[in-house]
Amino acid sequence: MRYLLRRALHALLLLFGVSLLTFMFAAMAPGNYLDEMRLNPQIAPETISALRAQYGMDRPFPVRYLRWLGSVLRGEWGFSFAYNRPVASLLVVRARNTLLLAATATALAWLLALPLGVWSAERAGHWPDRLVSAGSAALLVIPELVLALGLLILAVRSGWFPAGGLESLGSGSLSAGRKIADLARHLTLPVAALVLSSIPLLIRHVRAAVAEVLGSGFLWAAEAHGISRRRLLWRHALPAAANPLISLFGFSLGGLLSGSLIVEVVMSWPGLGPLLLEAILTRDLYVVIGCVLLSTLFLVGGNLAADLLLYWADPRIRWEGPEP
Amino acid sequence: MRPAPGGSPRHRVFVWLVALAVLHALVVFAGVISPYAPEEQDRDHAYAPPTRIHWIDSRGGFHPRPFIRPWLSLEGGLGEFAEDPAQQIPLRFLVAGAPYRLLGVIPCRLHLFATEGARISLLGTDGYGRDQFSRLLYGGQISLLAGWLAAALALLGGTIIGTAAGFLGGWADDALMRVAELFLALPWLYLLFALRAFLPLAVSPLQAFFLVVGVIGAVGWARPARLVRGVVLSAKERDFVRAARGFGASEGYLLRRHVLPETASVLLTQAAILVPQYILAEVTLSFLGLGVPEPAPSWGNLLASLQQYSVLASYWWMCLPAVIMVPFFLGYLGLASALQAWTGPVKIAGGGSGSAE
Repeated sequence: MRYLLRRALHALLLLFGVSLLTFMFAAMAPGNYLDEMRLNPQIAPETISALRAQYGMDRPFPVRYLRWLGSVLRGEWGFSFAYNRPVASLLVVRARNTLLLAATATALAWLLALPLGVWSAERAGHWPDRLVSAGSAALLVIPELVLALGLLILAVRSGWFPAGGLESLGSGSLSAGRKIADLARHLTLPVAALVLSSIPLLIRHVRAAVAEVLGSGFLWAAEAHGISRRRLLWRHALPAAANPLISLFGFSLGGLLSGSLIVEVVMSWPGLGPLLLEAILTRDLYVVIGCVLLSTLFLVGGNLAADLLLYWADPRIRWEGPEP
Repeated sequence: MRPAPGGSPRHRVFVWLVALAVLHALVVFAGVISPYAPEEQDRDHAYAPPTRIHWIDSRGGFHPRPFIRPWLSLEGGLGEFAEDPAQQIPLRFLVAGAPYRLLGVIPCRLHLFATEGARISLLGTDGYGRDQFSRLLYGGQISLLAGWLAAALALLGGTIIGTAAGFLGGWADDALMRVAELFLALPWLYLLFALRAFLPLAVSPLQAFFLVVGVIGAVGWARPARLVRGVVLSAKERDFVRAARGFGASEGYLLRRHVLPETASVLLTQAAILVPQYILAEVTLSFLGLGVPEPAPSWGNLLASLQQYSVLASYWWMCLPAVIMVPFFLGYLGLASALQAWTGPVKIAGGGSGSAE
């Protein structure tokens, strides 16, 4: 229990640190949103200085950070200059879309990686292993950007899939079932890009973890008891190999979030990625900070969930006594 | 022990190094291999498809020296091209052409191949009629150099901080590792973008290049720092270091002669992993308009035009810069795994085998 509280506290401090770091970078940045306005002769200098005071840009750094922190705790997460509304309202919709994409991609990637990795470990050295290794090495070499572009070209040329976006025009009037089908069609290519780019690493680690366990004595004993191969692999070997894999799960989440940024931009998926890019180009400071912090929140949350899962799954972690 | 398939680990490293050297030679000698300078425009032949090379003429005669037919724009103004059947322009090899600077320093005029009277574009042209083949090679110079410099910066920063943390220990170690953890907690690409966001956006290509290198290096120091710290911590406790200390060696001497050489293998493997990652980072930034801007070519901004639907749908040759990256990454990844096999899992204090992720 203490372990869990410690991890949660650690995560919270990490988030504070990240917010401070991002804010510090932002404070050092030359130029801000109002610089563009300053160039516009129709806007009077008094208006600009009034806006400056209103947004608190002329205050010293600690004041601005504390005000922003207060805004976060109130649930607004700062104010967007470009959209003229609290940042949180922008983030919610986009975050939901990114989570949808990332969650589907994670689930599918693991669903594919586990059987392939286990199969590959079981027949280590034979053709299934070599085939899977070669395939995953080939995929590992192709950068995410190239994969996303390639899939987009496939969509455009073949017309089987929509070339981007979240939903088709007029989907609001469709029935629930049709809406889900429409969403699934739009989801296919971005998820495929993310799955293809993340699967090689997962397969490699699953294979390594399972291969390490396969030589263990307890598996021999279980086999001697007459337990079937399938049960041996899935009910006995895999749980023993789960420890590094659960940590990998937390780690892969970060990679997936980073990867989803480029996939979202290329495939026009309305998630946090395009929002961040747009905010960067328009110098919308608090949206940038909000996006970065939210993505860190997901990452840290994922790691914390992985820690909790590990705590529940591996009795060795729970053992708070002396080393065996 | 039976030698690993593919030869001994040292042999494999050598093989991958040679492969990479060949690939890089293509890019380093971009001035020689490419027929044109990257900025040369030809507005009459915008979005022209790749030039076809012929050996057999219209009457069926074989020519040992290949020739091309220039593209003519078709009527209708839709930007379509057809070969001019009347003309046959032979390819000349090793000619003196437009001057350039080899390796950025040596003035040179030798080009591998050229044509007179019509432009040859092996990989087609872009919206301004610029030869994509030349831009690809010159762009490779920028993207690869950016990756290398950024990796060098990240490894240098990581080594300094990791050594400081490992050697000093105590609260300095704690503080530095906490900061490293902060940097590692953020999704890498988001941090990169955020940092780039807070710097001036509209800068000259040279400034943008150094900005990109600086930003990537500033973001990537954390992982090498942790690895180096682990190596330094374990090296500190080794017998030969203790003996040297007992003989009265100063801290600086210990660092130079005993501790730092231990980090070499870890740094080498990390370099082989980081360079392709950072090349990809530069390509991603340039693709989105946050990296090296026009007119300087970079693999990223060569792909940027693909963001327009019309280009994506009609001009297939504009995606070729994406394909060219794959052999380079294959080479680096092969080198990285060969290096890992050669140096073996490194003993690192503080848990985990040292094989770098």
